[in-house]
Amino acid sequence: MNRGAGWSFIRLWTILVYIFMFLPVAVVVLLSFNSSEFGAFPMSGLSFRWFVELANNEAILRAFRTSMILGALTALISTTIGVLASLALIRYKVPGQNLISTILIAPILVPEVVLAVALLLFLNALSINKSFALLLAGHVIFTLPFVILVVQARLVSIRRDVEEAAMSLGANPVQTFFSITLPLLLPAVLAGGLFAFTISFDDITGTLFWKPGGVETVPTQIFAMLRNSISPEINALGTVMIALTVGLPLLGLAIARRMSASSGG
Amino acid sequence: MSTVKLTDIEKRFGDYVAVHRMSLEMPEGGFVTLLGPSGCGKTTTLRMIAGLLDPTEGEIEIGGKRVNDVPIHKRNLGLVFQNYALFPHKSVADNIAFGLKYRGVGKSDMARKVKDALELVQLPHVGERYPRELSGGQQQRIALARAIVIEPDVLLLDEPLSALDANLREDMRVELKRIQERIGVTTVFVTHDQSEALALSDQIVVMSAGKVEQMGAPEEVYNTPASEFVAKFLGASNIVEAQCTGRDGSSMVLETPDLGRFTLPADRGPKVTGPGPVKLVLRAEKIALSATKPANDDVSHGARVETVDYQGQAARYFIRLGDLQLQAINMIDGRPHAEGSQVTASFRPSDCTVLPA
Repeated sequence: MNRGAGWSFIRLWTILVYIFMFLPVAVVVLLSFNSSEFGAFPMSGLSFRWFVELANNEAILRAFRTSMILGALTALISTTIGVLASLALIRYKVPGQNLISTILIAPILVPEVVLAVALLLFLNALSINKSFALLLAGHVIFTLPFVILVVQARLVSIRRDVEEAAMSLGANPVQTFFSITLPLLLPAVLAGGLFAFTISFDDITGTLFWKPGGVETVPTQIFAMLRNSISPEINALGTVMIALTVGLPLLGLAIARRMSASSGG
Repeated sequence: MSTVKLTDIEKRFGDYVAVHRMSLEMPEGGFVTLLGPSGCGKTTTLRMIAGLLDPTEGEIEIGGKRVNDVPIHKRNLGLVFQNYALFPHKSVADNIAFGLKYRGVGKSDMARKVKDALELVQLPHVGERYPRELSGGQQQRIALARAIVIEPDVLLLDEPLSALDANLREDMRVELKRIQERIGVTTVFVTHDQSEALALSDQIVVMSAGKVEQMGAPEEVYNTPASEFVAKFLGASNIVEAQCTGRDGSSMVLETPDLGRFTLPADRGPKVTGPGPVKLVLRAEKIALSATKPANDDVSHGARVETVDYQGQAARYFIRLGDLQLQAINMIDGRPHAEGSQVTASFRPSDCTVLPA
């Protein structure tokens, strides 16, 4: 086989893989702009009708609000705990360091269903009822590993002597953290927070187990709607979700890159 | 400006003794160098003075006050690191002003002090820039400016020149000495580079394997090494096994199979108490090679040049003298001795040091 043909084949194959991966997504996005009642091709006309209906659907708006609040709180709590845990693990000698590190990262490795059921059973055993706080706790457990991995990687690259220099100049450890370590860590903290938000916003498996009755997040709302009928509204909602979950991390990455460029990496 | 006094300090990490019991007094305004190979405990000692490590035993006093329990940020020290450790997210001026903020210095005072510090390190126009926009040498000057602008009681320098290239290092060495003399701050300097230590210090503390090998003025440490380690670490030395066959108050007699018998002043071997085996330290640059036998009382023997290491203004020769191989460093007068040529190697007994075997 000559070189040209080989590369053409690889190129073709790559395109096919991309089509396989992204065609369904593209269909959802396209159909969300379809004016017809029935989600099928050929499209009958271009319209924002379903987005308008989405904006008028109380249940969806409520779910959206819940998801936003849940995501934001998850991101906030996860990054706070994640930063503190990373500091402890990287900057101080903690007994059982490796074990703690593994346990914190473990939720990535354990299947989500197992984790979801385990937490639920655990709280049942303690006779604690399902609540929004429990849902939040579940999401934090879930997103923490991502935050820790991102923050730790950055923290390792911040030289200890920079912090020591700050302390020698009169900053106490807390002042050193806020004036030196945190600003240098910020790109990773933001990236970790966005990860956490996106994962939380996207999550359905754990959420289905943990959510108290009557509370719906966007994914569980879509799931519930799908059980009744396939409304074109779902396409519109899907498009919004895609925009958010793809757009936010990209935005975050761009910010992180700019910030780390201006802080000398 | 303050004295620094270490009394019986020791640092252990588990069973490992990083710094063995040592005491050290640094005079006000003095420039003391902790010199030794990596792992000798010099940086550990510096970090204990800085408050970045707690001594396992002993007392640390700065300006007559015990500081063992004073955390680093309250010790009022200037600390300069090998890798500059500038704050990458702050401008040069903000880097220098950092320590002033914690000292309640007013805005206008601060601007003036930052400006003065920048002028002191001869970089008056870089205040607005960021550290990454400066060269290594410039960054180290800023680090120095940041450390001295707070008027520290003690300036601690941890291999500050080691990350710079050779030429720059010598310039910075001169610069550092100038600034230190100008502000007169007590300075503790850590290095593994003997030429930095010799050029800068009032006092050198040579350390090896966590122990102090010798303390003294540069000339003293260089000319009268107290141990074989010091003799080998500073400059190039020949260590020759010898017998001391006699010693009285003013002189001692040494004998070796290849160098014969000669007499030297007793103070060249203060640690040698009586007859017995000793080690003779013969500095490479104290052995003069010449084509003809010199007409003086120096010990001289015929030798053969085995290898010549040409260094421009000087040459290092490896010569054979009976069973001994010695190195000799001589300025080149005309042209260097050729390999294989016969020369006369001579040295003055009073230039030697004698150590107990």
